[in-house]
Amino acid sequence: MAAAASRISSLLSRSLASPSLHSKGRICGVGRSVVCSYSYTTAAAIEKPITPSVKVNYTKLLINGDYIDSASGKTFPTYDPRTGDVIAHVAEANVEDINRAVSAARKAFDEGPWPKMTAYERSKVLFRFADLIDEHTEELATLETWDNGKPYEQAAKVELPMISRLIRYYAGWADKIHGLTVPADSPHLVQTIHEPIGVAGQIIPWNFPLLMFAWKVAPALACGNTVVIKTAEQTPLSALYAAKLLHEAGVPAGVLNVVSGYGPTAGAALASHMQVDKLAFTGSTETGKIVLQLAAKSNLKPVTLELGGKSPFIVCKDADVDKAVELAHFALFFNQGQCCCAGSRTYVHESVYDEFLEKAKARALKRSVGDPFVAGIEQGPQIDSEQFEKIMRYIRSGVESGATLETGGQRLGDKGYYIQPTVFSNVKEDMLIAKDEIFGPVQSILKFKDINEVIKRANTTSYGLAAGVFTQDIDTANTLTRALKVGTVWVNCYDVFDAAIPFGGYKMSGQGREKGIHCLSNYLQVKAVVTPLKDPAWI
Amino acid sequence: MANHINGNSNHSAASPKTPPIKFTKLFIDGNFVDSISGKTFDAIDPRTEEVITKVSLGGAEDIDLAVKAARQAFDHGPWPRMSGSERGKILIKFADLIEENTEELAALDAVNAGKLFTLCKLIDIPIASKALRYYGGAADKIHGTVLKLSKGLQGYTLREPIGVVGSIIPWNFPTVMFFMKTAPALAAGCTIVLKPAEQTPLSALYYAHLAKLAGVPDGVLNVVNGYGSTAGAAISSHMDIDKVTFTGSTEVGRMIMTAAAASNLKPVSLELGGKSPLLIFDDADIDQAADIVFRGMFFNKGEVCVASSRVYVQEGIYEKLEKKLVEKAKATVVGDPFDPKVHQGPQINKKQFERILSYIEHGKREGATLLTGGKHVGEKGYYIEPTIFADVKDDMIIVKEEIFGPVMSLMKFKTMEEAIKRANNTTYGLAAGIVTKNLNVANTVSRSIRAGIIWINCYTAFDVDCPYGGYKMSGFGRDYGLDALNQYLQVKSVVTPIFDSPWH
Repeated sequence: MAAAASRISSLLSRSLASPSLHSKGRICGVGRSVVCSYSYTTAAAIEKPITPSVKVNYTKLLINGDYIDSASGKTFPTYDPRTGDVIAHVAEANVEDINRAVSAARKAFDEGPWPKMTAYERSKVLFRFADLIDEHTEELATLETWDNGKPYEQAAKVELPMISRLIRYYAGWADKIHGLTVPADSPHLVQTIHEPIGVAGQIIPWNFPLLMFAWKVAPALACGNTVVIKTAEQTPLSALYAAKLLHEAGVPAGVLNVVSGYGPTAGAALASHMQVDKLAFTGSTETGKIVLQLAAKSNLKPVTLELGGKSPFIVCKDADVDKAVELAHFALFFNQGQCCCAGSRTYVHESVYDEFLEKAKARALKRSVGDPFVAGIEQGPQIDSEQFEKIMRYIRSGVESGATLETGGQRLGDKGYYIQPTVFSNVKEDMLIAKDEIFGPVQSILKFKDINEVIKRANTTSYGLAAGVFTQDIDTANTLTRALKVGTVWVNCYDVFDAAIPFGGYKMSGQGREKGIHCLSNYLQVKAVVTPLKDPAWI
Repeated sequence: MANHINGNSNHSAASPKTPPIKFTKLFIDGNFVDSISGKTFDAIDPRTEEVITKVSLGGAEDIDLAVKAARQAFDHGPWPRMSGSERGKILIKFADLIEENTEELAALDAVNAGKLFTLCKLIDIPIASKALRYYGGAADKIHGTVLKLSKGLQGYTLREPIGVVGSIIPWNFPTVMFFMKTAPALAAGCTIVLKPAEQTPLSALYYAHLAKLAGVPDGVLNVVNGYGSTAGAAISSHMDIDKVTFTGSTEVGRMIMTAAAASNLKPVSLELGGKSPLLIFDDADIDQAADIVFRGMFFNKGEVCVASSRVYVQEGIYEKLEKKLVEKAKATVVGDPFDPKVHQGPQINKKQFERILSYIEHGKREGATLLTGGKHVGEKGYYIEPTIFADVKDDMIIVKEEIFGPVMSLMKFKTMEEAIKRANNTTYGLAAGIVTKNLNVANTVSRSIRAGIIWINCYTAFDVDCPYGGYKMSGFGRDYGLDALNQYLQVKSVVTPIFDSPWH
């Protein structure tokens, strides 16, 4: 995934280097190459959204290898965040559908063939799946942008390659899941066997619909589990398409079941299901608490939680300010600010604060916002009206609590959920905008004097997902790295998401780790096998 | 030509096929080139003793060129500088290309090594692509360790590719050995100069061609055919090779290690000979035991370093087992390895053929009882009957030395303790087998035998995830599994003071 990371940085450097992107854009993600005029804050491109070329072919529930209607026959609409118009009506899962999906997954696990296949066979299915994802990048990225509002270029050039990369990564683990032979004090042979845990229930968010799908599904399948995954009701489309590709790659029926639906109904049914052996959830801290309780009240299934964050981005006095500004901007505004690890508290040392602020503001003003299908667009609409309203409330709260609104703060256009890139300065820790996860394009800049102070302030949060550290000083970097209570520290970089790098939170940002070797343990049981040794040659 | 029956009804006489030979030159820096001397040598068909084709003969000066290319590719090229995942993708593509060419590759090993064509297709070639996928999937999982240092220090280890690797491989499994050595080295980010055995130069060159098609950059994988005493010696004593890995005889392994020591002290891993014991206990299922013992010895004409060439049978089951083994030997069809009815092809070459026959003579002279076999088959080609000796004593040459042919030695034992002692009474320690239903016997014997792999109720059960290598004079270092990566990695520790850490 260094490749994907380098793609992120190439997008970055390009957006740094070519302000001309703001005047003209090329439509991408569609077969035609129409050129349309576009410029920031004139809403022309927003008012006339490009029609995506992809057909929505998969809208039903995927249970036991078939796309089927929900038991109730009900559907729900999924919306285009550029316009608020309906893209498609999608089968809505409720308790009965979750029961059907879990039964299919249960049978596929208990009777096989998936967990009974050799790991090598499973790895070959996943390798083929990755190849198919690569072959269908355009359709998948188009669906993703249409349903989610993220820039098409980001979906196609950054996220889709990360997805196939991650699938290959876990395909490569399938045949290397090792237990240990364990030393014992007495003459005993001790082995640990790592077995698949069973039926995994997975609930994923809408900000990276397909990437989150891959983070959950790839390790679970590599370990030999079967899966019931509930997608976010805002973004059901891309996972249904990808699941079809996985079946083409040779996964047996019932191994992967994809259900679309709402949290309080479908999500709750999955979290409290007695036949689900493991639950993995990515989403808000609030919902994470509910999920954990449901698991506790039902069958005590182990839970991994990837929750919210309010991640500090710390710019020290010796930092390269231009680079720091660009990365701080990227850390917050990437994906419309809809990242759980968004660098949403930008701490800047007082000696560089004024310069930083001026440049951060200028960078936000330059950010190109518009139809995410237009090439060169950095920011599309927020996901839906609810999030849009929430973000606007936080912006008002920022102003009311005395923070200085440096730029932005307004809706963009009359249609869809576009918000201007927004920067606040003079932000204090007790303001809501510095405490709560906004999940939108709102940067909060805070001033600090010394390292010990910033450590204390950065850790004054109930979250602990990630942090950015900007300094050239090795000792400062090391000190901050160890002192920050977060699951990921990016030093002089941000949002580097290699498949092999574990990701997860301290404190109320969750429990467990995804990606990397660490994620395998989420989906494995450990069985110790002990037998006495008679006259062993050694112990 | 093996169409000579000589009264042996089990000798097949299918007409030999020869696949098209596309690659006969040295592969250096991404190109097929003639040797500097212009010399060639003959690749022989062991079925007929006839020349298949002439192959460029590499010498010390060709090795020099190949090492220069590999050095350049390592020091300045993209291979060690691309991410593990990118290398992995290329290796996985390489695996796909091999699968697309299975027939042709299997035919090359069959015609050049006398191996059964069907088994090459079913075993050797699929193992090659499996190894590539396995190590392709490992390339992005080479983890160092972040250390727990004493107060005030922060440290971690980096596992760096070791550099230019010299690989010298044998002729009994030309394809399997090629990938056993190259797949982990490539995954680690090393560059390679590989010398195939002079008996089997053909498939390796085809693999070099496929590697290039898959996207392995020029200079990363170089294949130089030639003899051990010239090309092989040049590799093991080369000052610019960082590591040598060798599979072959114990005798040659010793020369390689000596040359490495006398030159630049390059680390060496050696996969050498064996005289592997297989212990059959009274409680064994007789049919299962007979299958395991028979295949353990006669698989691949007995040209297997782990061959179960010392079979120790507990006295209660001995008579029955002996009878079954003789029946199996007599039912074995020896002949053209392209004929699907054939079980056993010719030995690799005249030298080995004569050596095996002379061991059989030794066995007879030393007083072992020849139960079956013992003769060559036909007048042309290097065919030998599956041969079983009984009443073998532990001090006979046939039980002390590696014969590397279809010759089994049967011995009787009374107790487990006795069997363990006799099994360990060898300078080798490559593999061992146990056939028993008793858990305690299985566990005790497993820990007691000084060998790199123990097979319980199975034999030659290789897996790419399972490390494999020898104790004692069977060598050191391990191939396969994640352990094999260690052969191709250096460990670098990085340590720096840390101030004001909230924890230690």
